[in-house]
Amino acid sequence: MTETQPAAPPETTIDETMDDLVDDLAFFDDWQDKYQQIIHMGRALPAFPEPWKTAEHEVHGCMARVWMKGRWQDDRLRLYATSNAIIVSGLIAMLLKVYDNRTAEEILSHPPTFIERIGMDSHFSQQRSTGLAAMKNAIFEIARQGPADGSQGMGTGSQAPGAGNREPGAEEVGRAE
Amino acid sequence: MPDTAAPLLHTSAVNDYDIEAIRRDFPILSRRVHGKPLVYLDTANSAQKPQAVIDAVSRLYAEDYANVHRGLHSLSMATTDLFEAAREKVRAFVNAASDKEIVFTRGGTASINLVANSFGRSLGPGDEVIISHLEHHSNIVPWQMLRDDRGVTLKVIPMHEDGSLDLDAYADLLTENTELVAVTHMSNALGTIVPIKEMAAQAHAVGAKMLVDGCQSIMHMPIDVQDLDCDFFVFSGHKLYGPSGIGVLYGKRDLLDAMPPYQGGGDMIKTVTFEKTVYADLPAKHEAGTPPIAQAVGLGAAIDYLTGIGMDRVAAHEADVSAYAAERLQAVPGLTLVGTAPERMAVVSFTLDCAHPHDIGTLVDLDGVAVRAGHHCAQPVMQRLDLPATVRASFGMYTSRAEIDVLARALETVRKMFA
Ligand SMILES: Cc1ncc(COP(=O)(O)O)c(C=O)c1O
Repeated sequence: MTETQPAAPPETTIDETMDDLVDDLAFFDDWQDKYQQIIHMGRALPAFPEPWKTAEHEVHGCMARVWMKGRWQDDRLRLYATSNAIIVSGLIAMLLKVYDNRTAEEILSHPPTFIERIGMDSHFSQQRSTGLAAMKNAIFEIARQGPADGSQGMGTGSQAPGAGNREPGAEEVGRAE
Repeated sequence: MPDTAAPLLHTSAVNDYDIEAIRRDFPILSRRVHGKPLVYLDTANSAQKPQAVIDAVSRLYAEDYANVHRGLHSLSMATTDLFEAAREKVRAFVNAASDKEIVFTRGGTASINLVANSFGRSLGPGDEVIISHLEHHSNIVPWQMLRDDRGVTLKVIPMHEDGSLDLDAYADLLTENTELVAVTHMSNALGTIVPIKEMAAQAHAVGAKMLVDGCQSIMHMPIDVQDLDCDFFVFSGHKLYGPSGIGVLYGKRDLLDAMPPYQGGGDMIKTVTFEKTVYADLPAKHEAGTPPIAQAVGLGAAIDYLTGIGMDRVAAHEADVSAYAAERLQAVPGLTLVGTAPERMAVVSFTLDCAHPHDIGTLVDLDGVAVRAGHHCAQPVMQRLDLPATVRASFGMYTSRAEIDVLARALETVRKMFA
């Protein structure tokens, strides 16, 4: 797993990041081009370690398979997620751009309004199929639980002891999960 | 793109099959999706409705509606007549011997559950039920529940790689302990047609009964339950161009007579005292509560509509479209057909090397094409083929070759987007 996100706090606020996403996609007139862009984002999503693809990290409510894992770095939530479908991975990339490396408070006070502003809601109003709502809920659930209990999973709190401090190195995660 | 937004030219290879006229009978087919003409290739999931069905339902509500079997007033009697006329239409459509053999349910799933909970109640440890690897979850889970409740043994007929059933294995699975064989007539995931007539004869030879899940076959071919000699045949109205919320259970009369009711309530009784209830005669005994009235009337209208055109001709037209689709889609680079059994129709399942079925479903929707992507409620089929999912294009009486061309072009666009 390559760390592509900076460990320092992001330079833009959540609102600015959402604005940027909206602007980036507004640049394309045609839906096919917008999707092409989403496919690019999906392909650029950092690899998600295979050993993390466990039932515990699976987000249900999507027609494609989605896995997500959260890990607290001090008071910031680091998010890792992937899907076996590329467009869904592109949506994940957008969600991570907005919510990765933020504090619980930042996350919980910023619902993903960019989806509606991009016009995605008309394409993805069948929320169950893309699972946007399920993914957003998963992120918000981890954020709600907060860093206090050291949990890092899908908010289940059923991790192996000490798991919360583990770096996402492939050898390490291979063990307990 | 104005060229793709132009109306499609629909033709049929079947003589006198006026597909343009048929398509005009389905108002939804003239709508657009994302600015493109709708290309509805998800009929296996649920069929669109002809105007005749929509009219029959709204006319009932506007002019005659009341509860059935319960009133002396004119409206109730008129509605009861329409409701029972629908039953007669279903009887004739599947060539049952008597309209007492036609039970209205909430859907195909409900029909199977009725048999599992009524016929199934007489089974116990040592008894065997055989299903197949091709089944929809609706014809798996009720039997698993019966297994867990009553200790019945559940056996599964294996499937070949091409999506056909292993009939040698079936012959070996049958024993004198087999009480019921419950198999699909046609796979919703792959389109395989199952030789149920032969399988029913084999089941009968060991004294077992045969339930046929006809949810997928009913809209594609003429059905004659007496010729098939199955003991139960179930289907859903919504896949037969009728309303959702209604299904049919055909059962041989002596069997339905012997079976205890699965649900109790109004309409299914002759007399009720606190000591004892005497059940009504067939088919009311198996129809507790207010039935799906308007849905039955709508289903009757769908059957009239289909019979007016002729199921033979519908089948011939769909066979042509299915063959064309298999050929045309195989020409799309990187496409693999899933399910290649020789006997197949109206469903083409496939994968593309470059994209996940979910991506494909999302992207072809931009071209107005409705397909299903996923496991199609048949996870064991996907497990057997070691696939997470497929894209499924499924056809109906209104599907044309031109629509297959739109799908093929949309898939070529998907390939470019993933290049
Ligand atoms: C083969 C088969 N069996 C059963 C069903 C269940 O039908 P319903 O959901 O209408 O009850 C379906 C519907 O998809 C089917 O295709």
